[in-house]
Amino acid sequence: MNAYMPYVLCMILFSIGVYAILAKRNIIKIILGVVIAEYAGNLFLILVAYKAGGRSAIFSETQVILPDSMVDPLPHALVLTSIVIGLATTAFLIALAIRLYGKYGTFDITRMRELRG
Amino acid sequence: MIELYVLLGLMIAGAVIAIEVKNLLSAVIAVGIVGLALSIIFLLLKAPDVALTQIVVEIVAVILLIRATLHREIALKSCGTRPFGAFMGILFLGLAVVAAIVTFNSLAPFGAPLMTVSQFYPMNAITGTGAINVVSSIILDYRAYDTLGEATVLFTAVIGVLTVMRSVGKKKEEDVQENHE
Repeated sequence: MNAYMPYVLCMILFSIGVYAILAKRNIIKIILGVVIAEYAGNLFLILVAYKAGGRSAIFSETQVILPDSMVDPLPHALVLTSIVIGLATTAFLIALAIRLYGKYGTFDITRMRELRG
Repeated sequence: MIELYVLLGLMIAGAVIAIEVKNLLSAVIAVGIVGLALSIIFLLLKAPDVALTQIVVEIVAVILLIRATLHREIALKSCGTRPFGAFMGILFLGLAVVAAIVTFNSLAPFGAPLMTVSQFYPMNAITGTGAINVVSSIILDYRAYDTLGEATVLFTAVIGVLTVMRSVGKKKEEDVQENHE
């Protein structure tokens, strides 16, 4: 199997999310697309960090663990930050969607054209 | 690594179902499939801290999405597709996937990361910070300002959600003065 196959599958997942953002009319589906694309981005960074046969980046007090046997810990730390920020933006998008539903009575973005004061 | 491919296939299937199914509540549950499979993939890729965070975040996100779609009449509303957007989306995303496949050949192959920058952290984590978990030594010591910025973004988002969801609008000044009189 190709050495880049996980990256390609991850890119396909990202494309599904972007397709939902571009093509769907329902605002909840657009939010789901944003969430899926964000998951694919996080997954790509963790895939890049993986070392074949490596172990997680935690030392032990009872056994000797060489630093060379570990996976790359830096993307893990950055993805931790990215996941929490993703939850914050998702929550804000959902709040906006609920308010839009309360104002217009629909989730369809093509029917939200007229502005009401 | 066959289980990685199985889980990636499950994620792609869950994503397609989430995007194409009519019932919005089913779509939200399908996104839950994607997120939980993602956390198992994180465990397989030896990232336990990220997997724990992903489980918590996924559950909270699914609860919030269910809250948004819980009304009877919302969940069954059919969602149309914008035909022009769908056509252009499929066209250009297909091109993007092909371009990405070409570009991936210049990356390091899967399972052999470039450790030029991050070699420093496992080498110096114990002597420099005293933490046996290298990831927590990075987020709480070497890059602690990053975590501070993350907390700032989180609280800004909470304030934004509270502002948007506030049920009582700001009273007009005349009303307030009348109430005082």
